[in-house]
Amino acid sequence: MDEALQHTCAGLRERFPEQVSEPEETFGEVSVRVRPGRIAEVCAHLRDEEGFELLSDVSGVDFLGVAPPDERFLVAYHLASLSKNVRLRLRVFLPEGQEAVPTVTGVYPTADWQEREVYDFFGIIFEGHPDLRRILMPDDWEGHPQRKDYPLGGTKVEFKGARVPPPDIRRQPTTTTGYPGRIA
Amino acid sequence: MSTRELHLGGSDWDDVVAGAEDETMIINMGPQHPSTHGVLRLVLELDGETVVNCSPVIGYLHTGIEKNTEVRSWTQGVTFVTRMDYLAPFHNEMAYCLAVEKLLGIEAPPRAQAIRVMLAELNRISSHLVWLATGGMELGALSMMLYGFRERETILNIFELITGLRMNHAYIRPGGLIQDLPDGAIDQIRDFLIDFPKKLNDYENLLSNNPVWLDRNKGIGRLSAADALALGVTGPMLRASGVAHDLRKSAPYSGYERYDFDVPTSDACDCFGRYVVRLAEMRESLRIVRQAIDDLPSGPIMVADPKIAWPAQLQLGADGLGNSPDYIRKIMGESMEALIHHFKLVTEGFKVPVGEVYVPIESPRGELGYHVVSTGGPKPWRVHVRDPSFINLQSVPHMVRGALIADVIAAVASVDPVMGGVDR
Amino acid sequence: MGIEEKLPSGILLTTVSKFVRWARTGSMWPATFGLACCAIEMMATGAAHHDLARFGMEVFRASPRQADLMIVAGRVSQKMAPVLRQIYDQMPEPKWVISMGACASCGGMFNNYAIVQGVDQIVPVDEYVPGCPPRPEQLMDAILKLHTKIKAEPLVKG
Repeated sequence: MDEALQHTCAGLRERFPEQVSEPEETFGEVSVRVRPGRIAEVCAHLRDEEGFELLSDVSGVDFLGVAPPDERFLVAYHLASLSKNVRLRLRVFLPEGQEAVPTVTGVYPTADWQEREVYDFFGIIFEGHPDLRRILMPDDWEGHPQRKDYPLGGTKVEFKGARVPPPDIRRQPTTTTGYPGRIA
Repeated sequence: MSTRELHLGGSDWDDVVAGAEDETMIINMGPQHPSTHGVLRLVLELDGETVVNCSPVIGYLHTGIEKNTEVRSWTQGVTFVTRMDYLAPFHNEMAYCLAVEKLLGIEAPPRAQAIRVMLAELNRISSHLVWLATGGMELGALSMMLYGFRERETILNIFELITGLRMNHAYIRPGGLIQDLPDGAIDQIRDFLIDFPKKLNDYENLLSNNPVWLDRNKGIGRLSAADALALGVTGPMLRASGVAHDLRKSAPYSGYERYDFDVPTSDACDCFGRYVVRLAEMRESLRIVRQAIDDLPSGPIMVADPKIAWPAQLQLGADGLGNSPDYIRKIMGESMEALIHHFKLVTEGFKVPVGEVYVPIESPRGELGYHVVSTGGPKPWRVHVRDPSFINLQSVPHMVRGALIADVIAAVASVDPVMGGVDR
Repeated sequence: MGIEEKLPSGILLTTVSKFVRWARTGSMWPATFGLACCAIEMMATGAAHHDLARFGMEVFRASPRQADLMIVAGRVSQKMAPVLRQIYDQMPEPKWVISMGACASCGGMFNNYAIVQGVDQIVPVDEYVPGCPPRPEQLMDAILKLHTKIKAEPLVKG
């Protein structure tokens, strides 16, 4: 792990001992688990004290069926420090039925639309968000499409009674456009 | 609604305006409008011609691509993902494949990496050409539209020769590429590298000192560096605000560290700065393409693991492109194991280990990031795309507050949004 | 349909009918309805290399009230569908619709909750162009086929 990141994670554990877990490093990326309650303060600390200027991404995941119901939803915040050239992921796990987490738009204004998107697709409420409404689906849409219990939708495709002609007929050129080149 | 008596002489205009001070007009721009940035809807609150507030409404092109990737195999995901940001399909494919390769713990062979870089930079040039063409057309430089698309045709011919398609190629697959460069591709690219710089000089001469262009772009759409970072803006918009942040330099991927290029920035913080930065970026991309084809390594273009490599030893046959006869003889006649591998790879796909990764790359519009979550199966569990246009569009209300309606057009053009990426 | 409404019923016109039909194909102005990737290929068709101006069609009218042809280029989402119908209704008669690309014709590769499976569920379509995206030459072929179709249509029905 990068030295700067080690220092950052140690500082986080010191400042927020109850909220932030030990860092995990997988595939070369460092993540910490954060409790939802004070996520905005954690982000403010990272932005002001540790130099994480950019919130890259707020991403939602639904682990229905592979995780216990008290950890069904994951909201992952991907932070980047341009000055130190390191990245950190904050993982907030939410239980089914209590999908609410405080907003970080006060710290990172870029989270505005990203949190609206997570709300639109997963139904996770961001408390304190200035304008939490649907962003990509129509305003009167019911349901949250990216949840695993929401069906894919579409129409059932049927290929009944189709007869495929032999290749030599298939490869003949189709009739010309019939454009007469004059008024006919 | 109160009625007022107006005299046709117009001498009481000042009184009328004074009396109507607290009335603002709400005008809807889009989603169908000639400023061809796709289906973006802007709800403008106007006080005369000045924009008091602007609220973008998006979602008119929402395709549910992220959900579709969850029901298809990892390889089929490439064909979905390539249609998000449709002006830079190679970047979408490359980011997705880099994320899948990171989870698999493999790396594409050096030749594949070099070809990926070459195609990505050619794509950057063609994407910036569309920006220049449509941006010029919207601000009135109609000939720029024709010139931009004319150069783009040359690049699309190169893409068609190499990948078979002009757009939405599905050429970059997890593990490498689907086929090698055909004969004549390198020569066609070299011809392009000779012709294009002169054309670029022509476009610069046409626009950079044009008083109309300068008036419509200088001082318009101001976005300071602090605001840009707070709003999450990346790419040429951030570099035009003075922040020299380019993922190809700070976190190189696919062999970018081997190439010598500069990162153009500008301190102008306005639309003209973004224009200058994008033009300079096209020149830098030409440099990278030249270096890539001069030092193109030889070797395989797909990783050697038979459990991952897409079984496509393609050959030009009598009836068009098909699987090579040697390969078919091998799997049907000689090796049962090869047949089983082929069958499993094509029907089920390979399995990817459990984990989650976030892979950001530098697309023509900014930081394109893929957050990919796998639960060990042959299909992705979740693919979330951090699209740069989605984030950059958030800066539009900030840029146009207090500006005129015509400046809204210039500001949106300088953001260079692609609605396929915004709405996914 | 346009001029037919003005004609008194029961009168057969041959040469005038031929002339009107030829005139209609002379310079059909498309309405800008580019949605996604197909829109870029539509713009390429109107650009210099594959020139739509030789058919009089390079002017893409922004206002549907001045357009005869709507080329639906790209995938139509559920949110965009009412807008599509509104633009179609705003076009004056005679009008035609070309559904460009696989997504507009049948939903394409996106068989899911978000995309209308074929724009012919919303507006009547005259020509379908397959492809993802179709080459500019394919779009021009469809336009020429549409011209042939218009020239063959009788002016007065019944």
